[in-house]
Amino acid sequence: MNNFSYIKANDLPTAFGHVRLGDAAKYIAGGTNLIDLMKYNLTKASSLVDINHLVGNHDIEELPDGGLRLGAFVRNAATAYHPLVEERYPLLSRAILAGASAQIRNMATNGGNLLQRTRCYYFYDANTPCNKREPGSGCSAILGYNRIMAILGTSESCIAVFPSDMCVALAALDAVVNISGEDGERSLAFADFHRLPGDTPELDNNLKPGEIITSIDIPQKGFARNYSYLKLRDRNSYAFALVSVATGLELENGLIKDARIALGGVAHKPWRVKEAEDFLKEKEPSAENFAQAAEIILFGAKVFEYNSFKVELAKRAIVRNCMMALNPESQLPGAQPSA
Amino acid sequence: MLNYQSTYSPVLTKDFDTRPVTININGKPTTLQLMPWVSLLDALREYADLTGTKKGCDHGQCGACTVICDGDRILSCLTLAVMKEGSEITTIEGVAENGQLHPLQKAFIEYDAFQCGYCTPGQICSAIGMLKEGKAKTRADVKELMSGNLCRCGANTNIIDAIMEVKNQDSHE
Repeated sequence: MNNFSYIKANDLPTAFGHVRLGDAAKYIAGGTNLIDLMKYNLTKASSLVDINHLVGNHDIEELPDGGLRLGAFVRNAATAYHPLVEERYPLLSRAILAGASAQIRNMATNGGNLLQRTRCYYFYDANTPCNKREPGSGCSAILGYNRIMAILGTSESCIAVFPSDMCVALAALDAVVNISGEDGERSLAFADFHRLPGDTPELDNNLKPGEIITSIDIPQKGFARNYSYLKLRDRNSYAFALVSVATGLELENGLIKDARIALGGVAHKPWRVKEAEDFLKEKEPSAENFAQAAEIILFGAKVFEYNSFKVELAKRAIVRNCMMALNPESQLPGAQPSA
Repeated sequence: MLNYQSTYSPVLTKDFDTRPVTININGKPTTLQLMPWVSLLDALREYADLTGTKKGCDHGQCGACTVICDGDRILSCLTLAVMKEGSEITTIEGVAENGQLHPLQKAFIEYDAFQCGYCTPGQICSAIGMLKEGKAKTRADVKELMSGNLCRCGANTNIIDAIMEVKNQDSHE
């Protein structure tokens, strides 16, 4: 880890000022990913600006339109166990609790969860080329050991996946990310927040330099009756997803009125396909229909030497998770498959 | 100019001064003179001489460094000590009361919940935090909520037995 200076910012203008002054200055909130990356010398900073004590955005509050505003500095565990989240957005609660460990969820902030970097082995290995870590150096994963890598939305410069669980649920729930910067405030639809690698994989998202996520809004519709989060991984807990699925279903008279299906572990951002969700509308919630939706979602998947298994795994996970959403009681701790 | 040095390099540079950081450790306000990049784990072990908290991976993967900060279990290796100015930290050295082992310490002995003992301080601090959170209802919940603490000796079954014993005692009170 390089030497750095440390500044505590109590308000946004102070924070912006410090990060503007130093090119290599960075914000720190929970720090669970940043400190790890700095210990590996993968991220360097001349100074860390502590934004944990900024005024505001430390609470979860109801919005006038029936939605919920998640303060960016609320910890992941406090969000998952918040009574309003548990009651109205159990899908979000379950997705958060499927990620990391209890200790990390006590530390990591909601804003930081959106900003975590990939867990691609080559990104973490400074001795290998990686376009995300060092633009223009090449991608070691494409011809390397790519078992955990993406199958959707990849480019010739990067096949890394975005590792968050929380964000898969936020994508399914049509969340909105509220951002503050020196030029004022703006909001981004969740689908527009993270980006595909293209030829600039060093950019994980559309946050501009110096901007800070202040809160995340989730609209009223929470799919609290029929929801499920399924996470498939190499061990049952405390591992990143090979494939994960967030499903929210709204049923009426035995038919699907609205459906949301988002995938994690398969792309550079949470993956949703509107055509598949539209296909399910007015149809029976059956394994056959979910299987057809899965075919639509995985259409165009591109596999690499060691990750072709992910296509079939994702299709089966979608069907399994949609069936589990019909009976949320069947879900097990840690978003494991039901018995 | 950036200087790249190890986490607690003895070489001080002119640009980066130490600062006094006061943390309430096991009930005692403790002021340590620290550089900004010293982790809470290194501050406890190298500066406060509290070596009960263990450094396993130093990357947030093993849970050996778990301590309780303002009531919540956290990983001291992924926390900068300067960020915890004014916090209340409880380490394994601070869980016994009035000369009596904490019920979890007693249960770990009774249930043979360790072999080498390296993960034990983290396991016990994590279990104290978990029981306080009150979210675990079943044994499966306890296993899931303790998954951030690895035991390479393979004492996990006995660790869960020990925690279940204390959890059941608590619920009978």
